Order: sequence, then C-alpha cells, then structure tokens
Amino acid sequence: MSEKARVTIDGITVEVEPGISILNAARQIGGDLVPPAMCYYSKLEGSGGKCRTCLVKVSKGSEKDPRPMPKLVASCRTTVMDGMEVENMTSPEVIEARKGIVELLLINHPLDCPICDQAGECDLQNLGYEHGAAGTRYEFERRTFDKIDIGDKIQLHMTRCILCYRCVFTADQLTNNRVHGILGRGDASEISTYIENVITNDFSGNVIDVCPVGALTDKTFRFKNRVWFTKPVDAHRDCPTCKGKVALWYKGEEVLRVTGRKDQYGEVEDFICNACRFDHKKTSDWVIEGPRHIENTSVISSNHYDTMKPLPVIQQNKALMEANKVEFERTKKI
Amino acid sequence: MESLTNKKKVLQQKPMNFWERLYLPAIFQGMAITFMHMFKKKETIFYPEVKREFSENWRGLHSLKRDEEGRERCTACGLCALACPAEAITMIAAERKKEEAHLYREEKYASVYEINMLRCIFCGLCEEACPKEAIYLDGNIVESNYLRQDFIYGKDKLVEAPFKAS
Repeated sequence: MSEKARVTIDGITVEVEPGISILNAARQIGGDLVPPAMCYYSKLEGSGGKCRTCLVKVSKGSEKDPRPMPKLVASCRTTVMDGMEVENMTSPEVIEARKGIVELLLINHPLDCPICDQAGECDLQNLGYEHGAAGTRYEFERRTFDKIDIGDKIQLHMTRCILCYRCVFTADQLTNNRVHGILGRGDASEISTYIENVITNDFSGNVIDVCPVGALTDKTFRFKNRVWFTKPVDAHRDCPTCKGKVALWYKGEEVLRVTGRKDQYGEVEDFICNACRFDHKKTSDWVIEGPRHIENTSVISSNHYDTMKPLPVIQQNKALMEANKVEFERTKKI
Repeated sequence: MESLTNKKKVLQQKPMNFWERLYLPAIFQGMAITFMHMFKKKETIFYPEVKREFSENWRGLHSLKRDEEGRERCTACGLCALACPAEAITMIAAERKKEEAHLYREEKYASVYEINMLRCIFCGLCEEACPKEAIYLDGNIVESNYLRQDFIYGKDKLVEAPFKAS
C-alpha cells in the first residue's frame, strides 16, 4: 500500500498515508478543524476511544462505498479511506454531540478549578470553554473519593478523574511493572494502586504530564503558585536516563516545577525521568535555551507582551520618536 | 474676517462714571453677598467625625468575606491578582490542615494576602473575577498614612471580623 489516501476534512483535502486515523489526518492539516481529544495520546499505543470528544461525522465513507457512516464516529479510532469526507466543525450534529459529551464528562467533575493546580493548562477547562454549555443540568451529589498518595511525589485526586486511561497506558508502556490500574466497573471505576503501592519506577512522574485534568498532580508543586504566574523556560541537561529536554516553570529566581515540553495538543515531546522532574530544581542544574512559547489564547500568556513596539498599523511619528529618544531607549533596556 | 456664527460679542470699554470711580457701592455689594452666605446651609462637613452617605455602587476598601459558618471564603486561586490591572494584589497559598477546617472553607487558603492600596485604582475587577465571592470593595475610604509601607494591607486589615454569637 504505497498509494496515498485522499481525505477531505471540513472541505480541505489532504493526502495522507493509508491506515492512519482521521484525527491524525486532521492534525496534518492543523488549525481549528482538529477535533479535540482528551484520551488519545499519540505517544501511547492503544490510547483513544474512551472519552468520545473527538466524534466526527463521516458524510462519505470512501470512493468505493460512498454511503455515509450511520453514526458519529470517534476520529481517533477510525482509519481514513480513500475519498472519505469528514465533517467536524461544519456539522451542527457534531457540535451538539460534543456539547453533550462535555456535559457528561463534567457530571462527576468537582469543578474545583480555583483550588486545582492544573487550572490554566487543563484540557478539560479548554474543552468546556470551547465546546461546552454554560450551565449544568445535573442536580445530584457528585461522586467523591479520598485523596491518594502515589509515592511521595504524586498525588491522585480521583474526584477529578475523567477515566481517560492515559496514565494506565503510560505506566504500562514506559515502566516495566505496572502497579496501578483501574479498579471497579462503570460508575464505580477508579484509578488506584493495590493497597496504595508506591510506584518506584524512573519514569512514573510522566503520569502527571499525560493527565488531561488535575487528577494526577505534582506534590512538590502542590499549591505553590498558579501556573499563570510562573514563567516557562525551555532547558536541557545531560541526563543518563532520559533525553533531558524539559520546561522549567520559574517564579522569580526559583524553579517551582519541571515538566515535559507539551506541544499544541497537550502531548509531551519526550518523556522525562523522575530525577529531572523532582530532584533538579536549581538553575545551575540546567542549560537554559530561552523562554518557552505559549499560545496567546492561553491564560499563562496573559499580561505578557512579546514586543514593546506598537503594532505595524500604527504609523511611526519620526519627530515624536526623536523627541522622546531617551525614553524609548529606557524601555528597550527593560 | 467675518464670523461664521455671529455669536461673538464685541466688548467695548466705556469710561467709568463718578459712582463707579468711587468703588464703594461695588465693595458694599460684594460684602452683602459674603454676609448672606453666613446664614445659608453649609456645603462642607466635618470629616472624619461626620461622613457622607456612600452611593450604592461605591467602591472603597476591600474586605475578604467569611461564609455562614465564619470560615474564610478565599481559596487563593489568584484570579483577582490576574484580573488586577494595577498589579496591586499578591498572595501566597497554603494547604489547610485537618484541625483548621473550621477556619477555612476550602482545602487551600491564602496564608498571605496583600493589597497595595497605593497601586489599587478601585476598579472592582477583583470583585468580578472572584469565583468564591470572597472579596468585595465595600469599605470606607482608605485612611491616610505617613509611610508607603503602611499602605500594603495584609490579612489582618482585610479579613472581616468573625461573627459574634448572639
């Protein structure tokens, strides 16, 4: 199969390798038409198909069989066919379904964003903001769990979990003996370790990065500061166990936490080891590459301005600039 | 040039007559107005003993509120500090211990909460940003002081006094 498959997503045609999922084909186009994904993680094998936020409408199955698919399909689990036509944001049916999915995901979510450390970089917050309804119709008690310590560095808030299974796949695929998984079924299912076993693997800290919500959080960063007051910086170090490419989150001179570098879909570029994540929190441990670029839609970049120069639409007044030369030089130094 | 609107009045200086040159009638007229004001209602008040009534949407000194059980509502989420256009608000969060459950409403609370009253412009954006209804600008005018550092109000000045059991 060397031929490329032509697939049209929201009216934009792209030629992709046959056998990849609709979601990945959409990511090759990029932009607004990429379906959101809460459980799919391109670096984790077998992930996806759990959260249903990536539902899309297939209005034409393929060139050979042009019938539309009868139901909305999960784009992370459906492979592309040649001549397939997919509707994502152009279909009102998909938007309506996604609204319902967000409501269902939020049914048992405690909505304690003012307390949660993930707030500001939370996938569920973004999803709810972009695709969800403003209110909830749920009137009953939300399920609650006690907080669980997974080791001394990771804390699990099962109350916030949306059961995406990403952390289970991470533990399964990055570490050699998994000690945590999902217990119970259906409504009662929860992420847990057997008798709160301690995870001691070198890469166990990555469950924090893959968690799309604030269910798994860094205990060393717990309540230290809000993410939007910290300054992200790209840095690397010569690490014997991992690639050592991380993002440091500074507050003043202090490194508050170390995470992997997340791309635009919230997926880390490289998994980092626990030594990098928890034990090296000094500037002298790292080689700093420069400030990390944060999308201007994110709350983390609010009140930060890339440039002090006025926008190009504002015409420059040469006489005024000459008169205020000293002032302009002073702003440049800052 | 001819005026466009014809609204302009051209003044002509006439020479003063005898009574005007005396100046006395004008002086007495002025004194009469001054004396008349002694019997009119005064517009000024003796602040701080007497205070004017604030309007309903008055925004004054901040207060951090407590809930029905007297626990502090603030969870140090940082949204007020983010919304603040003058960057007047700073805070440090802390985790609530088990025995402090009667003091703070949520598991996180602000151990330090400071507002620099010299920076604050009393715009009320913190009040709007607060998800927990913890901060309101319902106080008085900020008191004057001699030192700049005394204008940084901490939790001792901002948090409401606890309810007294009646």
